[in-house]
Amino acid sequence: MVAVERLVEAYRAFAANGASGAPSWLKELRDGAIACFDTLGFPTTKQEAWRFTSVAPLLDTPFELAKPVPGTRYPVPADIEPFLLGTGPRLVFVNGFLARPLSTPLSDGVRLDGLAQALIDTPDLVRQHLSKYAAFTDRPFAALNTAFVRDGAFVHVPAKVTIEEPIQLLFLATPVDGVRVVAHPRNLIVLEREARATVVETYAAVDDKGGGVYWTNAVTEVVAGDGARVDCYRVQRESDRAYHVAVTDVHQGRDSTVNLHAVSFGAALARHDLRGTLAGPGGYLILNGLYVLAGEQHADHHTAIDHAAPHCESHEYFNGVLDGRSHGVFNGRIIVRPGAQKTDSKQTNNNLLLSREAHADSQPQLEIYADDVKCTHGSTVGPLDPKALFYLRSRGIGEAEARRLMTYGFAAEILNRMDVAPLRAQLDRIVRARLAE
Amino acid sequence: MLDVKGLRVSVAGTEILRGVDLTVKAGEVHAIMGPNGSGKSTLTQVLAGHPAYTVTAGTATYDGKDLLALKPEERAREGLFLAFQYPVEIRGITNSYFLRSAVNALRKHRGQEELDPLDFLQVLEEKLKAIGWDDTLMNRPVNEGFSGGEKKRNEILQLAVLEPRLALLDETDSGLDIDALKTVAQAVNKLRAPDRSFVIVTHYQRLLNFITPDVVHVLADGRIVKSGGPELAHELEAKGYDWLRAGAMVS
Repeated sequence: MVAVERLVEAYRAFAANGASGAPSWLKELRDGAIACFDTLGFPTTKQEAWRFTSVAPLLDTPFELAKPVPGTRYPVPADIEPFLLGTGPRLVFVNGFLARPLSTPLSDGVRLDGLAQALIDTPDLVRQHLSKYAAFTDRPFAALNTAFVRDGAFVHVPAKVTIEEPIQLLFLATPVDGVRVVAHPRNLIVLEREARATVVETYAAVDDKGGGVYWTNAVTEVVAGDGARVDCYRVQRESDRAYHVAVTDVHQGRDSTVNLHAVSFGAALARHDLRGTLAGPGGYLILNGLYVLAGEQHADHHTAIDHAAPHCESHEYFNGVLDGRSHGVFNGRIIVRPGAQKTDSKQTNNNLLLSREAHADSQPQLEIYADDVKCTHGSTVGPLDPKALFYLRSRGIGEAEARRLMTYGFAAEILNRMDVAPLRAQLDRIVRARLAE
Repeated sequence: MLDVKGLRVSVAGTEILRGVDLTVKAGEVHAIMGPNGSGKSTLTQVLAGHPAYTVTAGTATYDGKDLLALKPEERAREGLFLAFQYPVEIRGITNSYFLRSAVNALRKHRGQEELDPLDFLQVLEEKLKAIGWDDTLMNRPVNEGFSGGEKKRNEILQLAVLEPRLALLDETDSGLDIDALKTVAQAVNKLRAPDRSFVIVTHYQRLLNFITPDVVHVLADGRIVKSGGPELAHELEAKGYDWLRAGAMVS
C-alpha cells in the first residue's frame, strides 16, 4: 500500500536525521515499532475493531511529518488565552513540539516538561515507563506514533506529592504553508505511590481560517501507582477538517483511583482508543465520555476496561449527541480476568439522534472469566423522548426550548461528573454554542 | 373557569371519551372517580394537550378561550397545570434548573422580568416554607432515581411554584403510603385559593378523606355517569362502581 510505504520512507529519513542522536534503547523501540506498522498496515473495515470506521480519507492525503515551527510563527499568548483554565502549570505544544516560551515547566520534585527534554534530563525515568503500557503490536496507529516518538508531555509526580492545580497540556495545530502535517505527540503521565494530580489534555487548532486539514496521531500513557489518584481530562476540539487518532492507556496499581474524562467535539474523523488496566486489587476507574457531532463528522470511541485483579470497581458512561449526517461509534469492552473476583463493573452508552440522517453504532462487549462478579451494561440509540418533551411543554416551556434543554441535559449528564469548575464551564459554553447553531 | 361540553376523544383509533360534560367554577375542587380504564387519565391528558390524543367532537373552554386550540405550553402559560400520574425523568437537568426554566417561561408570557438563579432560589424557599417541605429534591436531576413518593411530591412542589389557576391532579395518590398521602394532601389544601380550581382524578376514596371536594363525579366508559357532593365518594367506597356502570349502559 502506497500510504504505508510513504510513511516507512518518512521514518527512514527521520531515523537518519531528527532521531539519529537517540540512545540505543529508543532507536530499538522506534525500529521495532515501524517494522510492526509496516507489517500491520492501515486498518480496513474488514477488521472487527475498525468495522464502522474507514480511514481511507487519511490514506488519500499526503501528510508530511511536522517540524518544529519557527519561533516567529508561534501562537501568541492571546491565542492560547481562550483555552487556559487558570494559572496552573502548563505545557503548550505547537504541531507536536513543546513551545517553551508559552509553557511553565516544573523541575523541582514534580517534573513537567517536554518528552524530548525529559529524555535528556531524566532518561532512566522515561525509559522505565515509555511504551510499557500502550501496546502497539496490534494497533497500527500506536505503532506509528511509537516509531516517530520525539516530543510530547512528560509529567512525573513523586510519591505522596499532591498537585492541587490542574496541569494543562495544550496541543495546538497551526497551519504550515502549502503542507498538510501529521504530528505524533507522545505523552507520559506517571504518578508514583499515593501521589495525586489532575491533568487536562486539550487538542485544538489556532489561526484556523476555514478549518485546516492536518492529522494528529497521539498516544498518552498514564500510570497510577499504588494508592495514587489521577483525574485525566481529555478535550478534543480539533478543526472540522482535521483527522484525530489517539490512544489513551491507563495502568492502575493497588487501591488507585483514576477518573478519565474524554470529550470529543471536533475533527472530520476521530478515533480514540481508551484502555484502563486495573492491575492491583482495590482499584477504582471512572470512564466518563461525551461526543457531540454534527455535519459529516465521524467519531469512534473504542474503550476497554481490563479487570486483571480482584476487588476493583469501574464505571463507564458515554453519551453521544449526533446531529446532521454524523456518525458515532462506541465499542465498550470489559474484560474480567480469571481470579478477578468481586469485580464491580457498570457500563452505559446512550446516543441521542437529533436528525434522521445521524447514525450511531453501539457495541458492548463483555468477556468474563471469573464467577463472583457484578457486571452490567446498557446502551440506547434514539431520538428525544416524546414523553419528556410533553412533560416540559406542559410546564410552559416552548417546544424548541424543551428540545434544547433535553439535549443539553443529555450532554450535561457527562459534564456534571467533572470536578474542574473552569473546564466544566468552558465545555458547557461549547455545548450551548453547538446547540444554538 | 373550565367548561367541557360533549368531549369525545380517541387514541390510535379507539374512542376513550364518549361525550364528557364538566363545568368547574373558580375556587372549586372537583374529584373525578371511576374504575380503571374509564378514561380519567385521558381526560386530564387531553386537557393538558397531549399530542397522542385526537379530539373528535366537543369543546373545552378555559377562561373563555378555546383550550383545544392551544399548544401544551400555551395552556401552561395561561395557568393550567397537570400533575402527572407518571412523572417523567429529564436526565442531566436539575430540578431547580428545570423549575426556573418553567417559571421564567410563564413570567415571560406575562411580561414579567425573568428570574436569575438567586432570585429564583428566594422564591423557591418561600414556596417550600409555605408547604412545609425542604429542598432535598432540588439539586437532583428531574425525577431521576426518585422514589414513587418523591416523584408525586415533586409534582405538587411544581404546582406550588408555578401557581396555576387550574390544577389537574392525575392519580397523585396512587402508589403513596398513608404518610406520603397525608403530606401531599396537606400541601394541596394549603394551595387551595378562591381563584384556583382543582380537578382531582383518583381511583380510591382515601385521598378524599384528606381533601374535601366540592363536587364528585363518576366517570365510567368514557362518560360522566353521576355527579354529587362529597358524600358520593363515601357511597362509592361502600358500593363500588358496578351499580353505576350498569346504569350507564341502560341510559
